[in-house]
Amino acid sequence: MRKIAGLISWLVLVAFLVSGMLLLHPFGYPTPSDMDDYIIENAQEETGSNSVVASVVFDYRGFDTLGEATILFTAVTGVLLLLRTRKRKEESS
Amino acid sequence: MEYIPLNFPFLAAALLAGISFYIIIFRKNLIKLIMGVGMMSSGVNLFLVALGYRAGGNVPIYTDVPEGPMVLSVPQALTLTSIVINVAVLALMLSMVINVYRHTGSLDSEKSRKMKG
Amino acid sequence: MLSKIVRTVANQLILFILTFGLYIIAHGHLTPGGGFQGGAVVVSGVVMLLVAFNSQELKKSLRERLLTIMESTGALIFAILGFVGIGTTFFYNILVGSPVFGRIPPSGAGPGDFWTAGYIPPMNFAVGLKVIAGLTAVVLALALFASGEEVEE
Repeated sequence: MRKIAGLISWLVLVAFLVSGMLLLHPFGYPTPSDMDDYIIENAQEETGSNSVVASVVFDYRGFDTLGEATILFTAVTGVLLLLRTRKRKEESS
Repeated sequence: MEYIPLNFPFLAAALLAGISFYIIIFRKNLIKLIMGVGMMSSGVNLFLVALGYRAGGNVPIYTDVPEGPMVLSVPQALTLTSIVINVAVLALMLSMVINVYRHTGSLDSEKSRKMKG
Repeated sequence: MLSKIVRTVANQLILFILTFGLYIIAHGHLTPGGGFQGGAVVVSGVVMLLVAFNSQELKKSLRERLLTIMESTGALIFAILGFVGIGTTFFYNILVGSPVFGRIPPSGAGPGDFWTAGYIPPMNFAVGLKVIAGLTAVVLALALFASGEEVEE
């Protein structure tokens, strides 16, 4: 019973994904690209960087990168915290 | 540029995400489940990069670039963010699975679901 | 610990891998790459050392506490550089036009100049420091745990 329910939900998900992909714009011709055109034209004068991707990551969307750095920091702290408590557990048990 | 029929890269991304959904729903092993999550992240990255492709475009980096249009740069920055977040999530999930194995002694998700003691 | 051939080759190769990673971090504003990618390259070198030698061998020279301090330093430099231009907006690139990293390249395709791009190269260094320290700490913790050793702080 659970297998059948899982199969049905998987089929619905895949049908949703494939139909959504078929309804998109044709590959290689993105329709609204005003923001990217502005960034590609003005990135060299505004940030002085030759690499447009670096100027997007660190300048135009710097707040996003700050959150990303926070996520990395949290993950490292979590891994060290989860793997640290081994000796104490063995002593207590 | 030649015409690629039927949005083939988008369909490949959907197929990758579909396979990973199958793994996540039906597999019992926790390590395989983590592999499924990593595959889903690959599908999302492929979708993002394919979404920003412009036909015949170059990389959006001005150092010695040939003439022509450039592909969209914001989806590539988003993909960079997504890759780093994927690394963080995978590391956290792996250490979590190590803890689960230490407590319950098995990698079966049915057994670790009960959370006894 | 693997055989002597593998250990010798890893000993010689780690210098080149570290140099390549630092090159990618330093040229993040000119070529494809940046802090995250170069940090990942350096950490792949650390993983090669972990495979070639023991994890106990590496634990003598890499303290996890020092790695955590390095990562926090990178995050702090990144946040401070973001707050420098708070007079205009958050993450305002205040270094463009100043003597340090302030040159503006001619628009269009060109060979590229190292002293450009404002605060992007220092930010790349901060993020690279953060990624190197963080991922090294994670990999070292996993390897030490797998070998049954106590992971400290």
